Amino acid sequence: MSTIETHTTRVTVTVNGREVSEEVEPRTLLVHFLREQARLTGTHVGCDTSNCGACTVLIDGEAAKSCTVLAVQANGHKVTTVEGVGNGSGGFSPVQEGFRQEHGLQCGYCTPGMIMACTALLTENPKPNEHEIREALEGNLCRCTGYETIVRAVQWAATNGGAGEWA
Amino acid sequence: MSLIGAKVLRKEDPNLITGQGLYVDDLQPAGCAFMATVRSTQPHARIVAVDTSAARSIDGVLAAWTATDIANLPARPSSLPGMDMPLITGDVARFVGDIVAVVVAADRSTAADAAEAVIVDYEPLPAVASLGQALATDAPMIHPVLQGNTVFFQDYTEDLSAEFAAAPRTASLSLVNNRCAPVPIEPNVVLADWGPAGLTVWAAFQAPHHLRNTIAAFFGISQDTTRVIAPDVGGGFGAKINFASEIFLAAALSRALSRPVKYTQTRSECMVAMFHGRAQEHKVDVAFDDSGKILALKVQVTQDQGAYPDATGMGLPVLTTAMSAGCYKIPKVAVSWRNVVTNTTPVAAYRGAGRPEASYMIERVIDLVADETGVDPIEVRKTNFIPADGFPYQTHSPLAVYDSGNFAGALDELLRHVDYPALKAEQAARMADPTEKLLGIGFSSWLEIAGFGPPGSLEAFGHLASWESAQVRVQPDGSAIIYTGASPHGQGTVTTFAQIAADQLGIDFDRISVRHGDTAVIPQGIGTMGSRAVAVGGEGVKTASTRVFERAKKIAAHLLEATEDDIVVENEEFHVRGTPSKSVPWSQVAWKSFQPLELPAGMEPGSLDATVFQQVPNFSFPSGAYCCVVEIDRETGEVEIRNMYLVDDCGTVINPMLVEGQVHGGVAQGIAQALYEHMQYDESGVPRTATLMDYLVPAAPDLPGYVSGRTVTLNPSNTLGAKGVGESGSVGAPPAVINAVVDALSHLGVKHIDMPATPQKIWSILRGSK
Repeated sequence: MSTIETHTTRVTVTVNGREVSEEVEPRTLLVHFLREQARLTGTHVGCDTSNCGACTVLIDGEAAKSCTVLAVQANGHKVTTVEGVGNGSGGFSPVQEGFRQEHGLQCGYCTPGMIMACTALLTENPKPNEHEIREALEGNLCRCTGYETIVRAVQWAATNGGAGEWA
Repeated sequence: MSLIGAKVLRKEDPNLITGQGLYVDDLQPAGCAFMATVRSTQPHARIVAVDTSAARSIDGVLAAWTATDIANLPARPSSLPGMDMPLITGDVARFVGDIVAVVVAADRSTAADAAEAVIVDYEPLPAVASLGQALATDAPMIHPVLQGNTVFFQDYTEDLSAEFAAAPRTASLSLVNNRCAPVPIEPNVVLADWGPAGLTVWAAFQAPHHLRNTIAAFFGISQDTTRVIAPDVGGGFGAKINFASEIFLAAALSRALSRPVKYTQTRSECMVAMFHGRAQEHKVDVAFDDSGKILALKVQVTQDQGAYPDATGMGLPVLTTAMSAGCYKIPKVAVSWRNVVTNTTPVAAYRGAGRPEASYMIERVIDLVADETGVDPIEVRKTNFIPADGFPYQTHSPLAVYDSGNFAGALDELLRHVDYPALKAEQAARMADPTEKLLGIGFSSWLEIAGFGPPGSLEAFGHLASWESAQVRVQPDGSAIIYTGASPHGQGTVTTFAQIAADQLGIDFDRISVRHGDTAVIPQGIGTMGSRAVAVGGEGVKTASTRVFERAKKIAAHLLEATEDDIVVENEEFHVRGTPSKSVPWSQVAWKSFQPLELPAGMEPGSLDATVFQQVPNFSFPSGAYCCVVEIDRETGEVEIRNMYLVDDCGTVINPMLVEGQVHGGVAQGIAQALYEHMQYDESGVPRTATLMDYLVPAAPDLPGYVSGRTVTLNPSNTLGAKGVGESGSVGAPPAVINAVVDALSHLGVKHIDMPATPQKIWSILRGSK
């Protein structure tokens, strides 16, 4: 039986403050590591060309599309997913609450990536204007809302606690 | 206090904003295997050989199937006889994306490797990539059963040559309604688990009962052991009502392998595999007089069906035909339509499905008449509107009897937001100054057919029926669960249905849950499409809630030793009208409703449970008026929407926040069709826009903010008065945008520009004019 040669390598990532260490194929994308090894399914896959941003997470505090990063590249780094924002006991982060208050989501599929991109934006720029919000979210596609309510969600968060804390 | 019309935050959101939503791809049961597909890279080709031996030899590969492995299975349901779409095609591939083989492996990446290892030997055949090619003399043929490539032709219902000959003026217009890809951010996903006790299918789908009925019939198994679950679904937009072949393949493979099989479509697959929308061409003739009064309208619709006609796709021109006169009283309307196959992805429902095509056509015609006569577009609209007291209004189509609306009222409300004279003045000033961007002002007074529908309407598209189910069940503690056959995928149905039930039951909104999307839990159901969830399903919740409440009142009256007619409910307490001290809480009534010794004579325990199959006598007719103001860069041809004013009449609003969300989303897709999106094929039938790098789904910087207003005429076909709003924006926006673009360029002699109005097209016009 001919086989495709597969090697595995150990990857250790601190995900939402918890160390996750797994043997994976070197080609494993971070998004799949998060979904399949860490079993955190809040981070979604919406495309295969890095256009949609549904897989956006924070790597060492900066927004990144986890489909463009190999798990091995995240080795030794801190990754925050949508499960890692909020206060950990069911309370929402200001960004999450802003999405709820302003109807910044409908089907919810792009929402985790949006929330992470917005969290990164407010960390960098706590009081963005509408133009800055729209430009900052250029890499995240939403097919349901038409974006205006997402803009309002960010504005809500900006006046109600900002980016918030995360693990 | 009534919750109808209240801005209530969504019950759906806490899960979805914390990553706790449950989409099909999140499921990974023990032993789960993964399916991947091999798709035709050829638009039209004879399949000489499919070699799966290399794929089968990879460690971890469990199956590699070609057409011969499914020879005992029927074709994809919803196909047309003689033009069936095979689940796996064996002899001929008819579009890029046609499934040629499927593989299953123990893990996702091995499945992808195995799909890559399948070798397909094609012998290319001449292809037809467009309607023009398909209808040309001696065009290559796709289905031998057809004479040519026309699947169905409906001639004009009436000869209008006398009307046109007698008319003071006539004009013509050719329109292309560009093919769009639906692009829900979650592609098609399915997980099938066929065990000894039966088949369970989790699917990203809009109508789980419809799928359950179909899967059972497909495999010849019993519905009682077939369960379909649509959990959280990441957008549908009509495309997830279609019976994707992969659903049936995953189930068949699960049966063969005795383990769960999951298929998660990649985006690039989704772009060619998930059925497309629109893809219609129109030739329009209009007769009118000098005042802009329209005397007759003749429309020839040609619908691209893609490679395999689908039952829903076949119906698209029927809906376009029904709505061709829009909100106008046109004495004579004749429509002819033709369904045509091409070597492209099949075409079916996409947000609006046949109605955006109609509104785009008639609203472009109105502006054409305005341009020809020199009468302002606003006046042409007002001259031709069906008056507010003109309902019910029988259109040229037996399908469409408009039941309500106030088209002039909506336009007046719009003009309260739009300073039209100031915009006209600004437009003139800018035109005179070559350093300024051009300004264009476009209107649409749109009308759609929604709230599907009266008995027989959905049956025509292959559904079991046109009702929607609702079950209201009060629990022993006085909380309530609503079970609905409507299966939402972002609409917020859990919230709106709880609002409706709370009003009727007098039970707190926070103590009402709404369950959906599981055929083992919901009695029966039809699904969410055609802007029907609230207008039909919500009405069902109201009817069932009312029945339960009447019974609860009987029990309360018995407990309070009062007459039923005197019982009222407030703050979850039943009391005798005018005597608040004589009361019994809902929780007590609920508890005792299960205890035979506590019930009035003749009442059975468990009676606070009602199931309704809600019917409606007619479709609904949401309408509205939109205005788009564009700026066009004279150097680059780039269009920027400066203002977008939206007045919607969806009847009763259950939750204004959710209505706004639906309108915004629909308008965004409408703008996207008008300015950005176009699923294109080259002359040989190879798709040119098959990834999100090539197909422009707009992001936040590409879309404007919106100013919203509202008028309300009630839907007479249900007691809620609600009409539906899911598709409105996609119906109303495209003509407003294109009318604005044409308005900005009309001084250059531009009469029309096809969607999408890309910078390249406009730049060419501007350059040609220099």
